[in-house]
Amino acid sequence: MSNLIMETKDFNFTYAGVDAPSLKNINLPIEKNKITAMIGPSGCGKSTLLRAMNRIHDLYPGNKYEGEINLYGTKGKENILDLKKENDLISLRQQVGMIFQKPTPFPMSIYDNVAYGMKLAGVKNKSELDGRVEKALKDAAIWNETKDRMNTSALGMSGGQQQRLCIARAVALKPEVMLFDEPTSALDPISTGAIEELISELKKDVSVVIVTHNMQQASRLSDYTAFMYLGDLIEYDKTDTIFMNPNEKLTEDYITGRFG
Amino acid sequence: MGGKLFKNFSFFSATLSFFILIGIFSILFTYAQDSIREFGFDFLGSEDWEADEDDEEIGIFGGYIPVIGTMLSTLIAMVIATPLAMGIAIFLTEIAHKSLIKPVSIAIELLAAIPSIIYGMWGLFYFAPIVQSTVGGQGVGLLTAGIVLAIMIIPFMAAITRDAMNTVPDVLKESAYAMGATKFEVIKDVIMPYSKGGIIGSIILALGRALGETMAVAFLIGSVMAIPSQITDPTTSIPVLLANNFAEAQGLEMSSMYYLALILFVVSFALISVAKFYFLRQKVK
Repeated sequence: MSNLIMETKDFNFTYAGVDAPSLKNINLPIEKNKITAMIGPSGCGKSTLLRAMNRIHDLYPGNKYEGEINLYGTKGKENILDLKKENDLISLRQQVGMIFQKPTPFPMSIYDNVAYGMKLAGVKNKSELDGRVEKALKDAAIWNETKDRMNTSALGMSGGQQQRLCIARAVALKPEVMLFDEPTSALDPISTGAIEELISELKKDVSVVIVTHNMQQASRLSDYTAFMYLGDLIEYDKTDTIFMNPNEKLTEDYITGRFG
Repeated sequence: MGGKLFKNFSFFSATLSFFILIGIFSILFTYAQDSIREFGFDFLGSEDWEADEDDEEIGIFGGYIPVIGTMLSTLIAMVIATPLAMGIAIFLTEIAHKSLIKPVSIAIELLAAIPSIIYGMWGLFYFAPIVQSTVGGQGVGLLTAGIVLAIMIIPFMAAITRDAMNTVPDVLKESAYAMGATKFEVIKDVIMPYSKGGIIGSIILALGRALGETMAVAFLIGSVMAIPSQITDPTTSIPVLLANNFAEAQGLEMSSMYYLALILFVVSFALISVAKFYFLRQKVK
């Protein structure tokens, strides 16, 4: 375990109004500049864990975190569960970006969508904004399709384009980690291919955690894989090991399609 | 047989509303003919409203004062009601704790259901003296009518705006928060633009309601045929003038009142059409 960007330690999570924790004693390392996939049947807690990593659960009152989630960012080690102030959460979310299941373009122009996070972060200089918008769109492999219509509404793009725009929007903030919550489940196969290629490219600059239902996607894309089941982390290892030679019977049953 | 009967019946019901609409318009238009021929568009700019002393069938009639009174009282109501209704809607969708949402929503819906004459009585006996003692004037007047109108349309506007804001998908809000937005920024940059159509629709529908409100305004605006020089001055509005004068009017005065009614009808109809257009656009999206 050499080069970590994040890790969870004895992490428990309980939703508001529920007695039993939805995640139990999760110890998961996230390697720097690698892609970590989280797989498991519906309701296993993989999305819940992902959404804890940028504290997006805090938008809904009453949810309870226990344990530690450490981020080894530019500021050094920091337990993100200790953050209390809104400003600290905002800076966390700028370091740990998130892409959702469905594309979520904001009701504004393509340019403004990408510039939005930077404007929130206080970037005002027009030429800096222009430069970073262009770079982000290039990084997200969507520059050629958008450069001539930067001022048109983002809502007019196709689903796959919208999702790449959302990735560009997140990349523009230069995050340390990017969380993907089933980013291709609402897309057609061609768009899915484009997004997967993009994610593989991204790991040069950021560390990636991806939740997916699609086991081929996990095996194609990721360096490490975590298999979760009913709120437990059953097994975590190199992706090859998980798919070729898992330690646990449960993991093997799941990846060979015997349940789930 | 039963199916065919039902089909015919529902077709009849559906077309009926269309015919009623056209019927009302043509009747207003026909009865207003004398006045339209006599005064034309100058009707809108004339302040006079006087029947001839010898012959009550004729006289000089102009719509300037009631039109201005209607516009001003509605404007005051909109200026007060719009920010408050937005505030209520934002509170209900984004800020209120779960346990508060229901009671506040029910209170708002109940407020919307109160008959307008009750607002009028309350305004006249309780609220007008308060206005008089705080800002002066005679109690009844533009300002009092405007404020009470605002109170009447706030629940209506807040309820529609809330419904529009509730259509913003959670995941869209989450993704704005995930970019480091504060609650205020999410409301300003995501929720308001996303529900813009519904918000504008609610404002226009409320406007239409305020324009046509008769009972409460009749109690409160003073019903004086005079141009207000101050915001607290009494004046009159189209529906109030119509309600007060119908019993005695005849001849050209009656026709002029139909003319006023026609103006109100066209303006309200146009406003509602625009509002519906906005609603439709939002549903397509």
